[in-house]
Amino acid sequence: MNKKDNFFKEDVSIILCGQAGQGIKTIELILVNVLKESGYNVFSTKEYMSRIRGGSNSTIIRVSDKNIKSMKYKIDLLIPLDINAINHVADRLSENTIILGDKNVLKSTKYEIIDIPLLKTAKEIGNKIYENIVACGAILALFNSNLILLNEYITHKFEKKGKDIVNNNIEAAKKGYELGKKLYDASLVRIDIKTNPEIKDEYFFNGNDAVGYGALMGGCNFISSYPMSPGTGVLTFLSEHSEEMGIAVEQAEDEISAINMGIGAWYAGARALVTTSGGGFALMGEGISLAGIIESPIVIHLAQRPGPATGLPTRTEQGDLEVALYSGHGEFPRIILAPSTIESTIKTTAEAFNLADKYQVPVIILTDQYFLDTSYNTKNIDLDLKIDNQIIKTGKNYKRFALKENGISPRGVPGFGEGLVRVDSDEHDEDGLLTEDLDIRVKMTDKRLKKLELIKKDVIEPVFIGNKNYETLVIGWGSTYNVIKDALSEINNKKIGYLHFTQVYPISEKVKPYLEKAKNIIIIENNATSQFSKLLTIFTGIEIKNKILKYNGIHFYLEKLIEEINKLTGDN
Amino acid sequence: MNNKFDTINQDIAWCPGCGNFSILEIIKSALSELSLEQKEIVMVSGIGQAAKMPQYINTNFFNGLHGRALPVATAIKASNPKLTVIAESGEGDMYGEGGNHFIHTIRRNVNITNIVHNNMIYGLTKGQASPTTQKGMKTTLQFFGVTNEPFNPMAVAISLGASFVARAFSGDRDETKEIIKKAILHKGYSIIDIFQPCVSFNKINNFKWFKENTYYLDDKYDPYDQVGAFKKSLETEKFPLGVLYMNKERITTFEENLVVYKKNKSPLFERKRDLEKVKTLLEKRK
Repeated sequence: MNKKDNFFKEDVSIILCGQAGQGIKTIELILVNVLKESGYNVFSTKEYMSRIRGGSNSTIIRVSDKNIKSMKYKIDLLIPLDINAINHVADRLSENTIILGDKNVLKSTKYEIIDIPLLKTAKEIGNKIYENIVACGAILALFNSNLILLNEYITHKFEKKGKDIVNNNIEAAKKGYELGKKLYDASLVRIDIKTNPEIKDEYFFNGNDAVGYGALMGGCNFISSYPMSPGTGVLTFLSEHSEEMGIAVEQAEDEISAINMGIGAWYAGARALVTTSGGGFALMGEGISLAGIIESPIVIHLAQRPGPATGLPTRTEQGDLEVALYSGHGEFPRIILAPSTIESTIKTTAEAFNLADKYQVPVIILTDQYFLDTSYNTKNIDLDLKIDNQIIKTGKNYKRFALKENGISPRGVPGFGEGLVRVDSDEHDEDGLLTEDLDIRVKMTDKRLKKLELIKKDVIEPVFIGNKNYETLVIGWGSTYNVIKDALSEINNKKIGYLHFTQVYPISEKVKPYLEKAKNIIIIENNATSQFSKLLTIFTGIEIKNKILKYNGIHFYLEKLIEEINKLTGDN
Repeated sequence: MNNKFDTINQDIAWCPGCGNFSILEIIKSALSELSLEQKEIVMVSGIGQAAKMPQYINTNFFNGLHGRALPVATAIKASNPKLTVIAESGEGDMYGEGGNHFIHTIRRNVNITNIVHNNMIYGLTKGQASPTTQKGMKTTLQFFGVTNEPFNPMAVAISLGASFVARAFSGDRDETKEIIKKAILHKGYSIIDIFQPCVSFNKINNFKWFKENTYYLDDKYDPYDQVGAFKKSLETEKFPLGVLYMNKERITTFEENLVVYKKNKSPLFERKRDLEKVKTLLEKRK
């Protein structure tokens, strides 16, 4: 036992692993909330299999005295709920990993287990379903915490299920706590991380909800979508808030219907969102092209998962940047935003609605499974936002596609004003009537493309972190922000600068000098072909040779990323 | 006769003698007689010759993608229930490319009128079989004759309990106009399948053929009996014309059922999101 480092004073990475249906999600939900309420910095994320029961799913909960926002490869504390759970994470076990579990359940393992009879205790209370609450109690005891917050949480969560269920769960928590306390008192495992009372007043939610709140702040009042992991959560979120916030919600029969409904809704004056993943997005291609020619705003949330085709349905990847960029036939402008942090995503998403409205183009919000399923506490959320509604009241001779200097024709909606609003997927004249006049064709194409020039001047600039006199420039986009930032802060090399993109298309003209200045550029992407570096090359003419790419369906682990960066900067 | 719905578009893309011309006049008369305002109507269509209809009627229109008129029409009605929304296209567009949407729009019972021009052939792509082409017919693509069973939109709609199901013939202006008026006034989803000759590509199902192979339902016919209506819809010896079915039990419409209209009936574009309310919601996540 002594060989293990079983006292955690600054940081602990806890993995809960079990079958789908064993209640891992409940443990995560309870623990992270109670820990955050207790004043700990908490980070959590999960990985799971595409099934309803069985398999092995795991949740990482990282608690730290610092505001960490990335996941570690190493496991300090593993709580396996079945024997397969140990095998599932075996690669990540080290001699320092402490495994806490029910020895009866895990008896065939070769690993050393500290026994806490979770299942036995649950059964004594009356049902094995209490196992997850026993585990919650036990883990909280390792923090030398008390049961007050946990009991409050349990009472609140199980209230609707009746008094007996609440009491049994409280009993489960208590028994679990006693089991954990024994380990703590015997100095077998102790987590003595400092708390900060201010943390309990910070926000705590995941990327999915950040996109949802962003849509609300952006004035979204219509969503039509077809369920597809990991894009479904945003549909669920908006449906849950539809009554209080005033949102028309429809589960479409397919993604083709979803996007056509979304565009129809914008035409009639709503602010619509569609949410999907790669496969569904592929079906939306023609709709995106329709938005291009009729100059309709539309916001599409593309939650990435690894393809091609069905790929790894529940895993993560940044593999759909190029399909977002090139989907839809013909030539027309678009905007692609890749939310980077939970704190900035509400603004980014809200902004997507304003940009779509202002430039009358499709705006694609690119997230991924990791981003959507990751939570951490944060206090700085910019909520100084406005809904910038561009709809005009039409006059009698209104022309929907009036040729204006800057390419933007004021957008009216049917039933508001005296004018008629005509839109056509065919090439059309200023009135919106179908035309085969080839001069008009050229004028309309020029008009649509002019908007891209305006958009380029109105981009979300990339964030630069580090010393301006860098030699190595690290580049990332979207969901990799926090792990790259955490890695570089641990590396602490003054010669490294970091440029991170939330808007990935179009890119600001200010970007090129950043790349020109660097002796060495390293791009980090969660895909196999470095899609963003190809795009940067188009914009800057600079080819990026050093790439850290990961495409096994899992996001970057902090220590692994540090190793990879060190390899490329010569600091082994 | 001048009509406020007369086109501002001078270049009509239909073949001389096409049944679409009659349908255009019928629709304009129906809209006039219902005293509808141009600005309160939205015509939605897909792609094809029939789908060009909105180009020639002076109202709001959304001429979208092939097969996708119904999702667009659904969303327009859901975003602004005050508008009169008519989705119009050919049978290839509505039953072929957009077949899935046809089924689900019936299920939703959106209060829109769906007019389908059915000439049993593809016109714009030049003479291939459509979903309703009769078996055995040789076409510019099906050289050895069509072998697929023709799609029966009436039977499908009735079996799904559509709110209003009718069939008409473009050659009968008055009867068709009355059916269209009834459909527009009907609360709930209405489908009118209009038989129409294609003078360029369908030499079999021509004007004379439709005249000889259709008959009108008489006063004794009960359009509220779903099973009876379904039986009627299966008749192919001669096709019945008129209102085949109305579903008395389809009381509420899709848009009425949306929670967004529970307390507030105003169109979505007139509403303002209260951002303070969102911030309050966010406070709960602390």
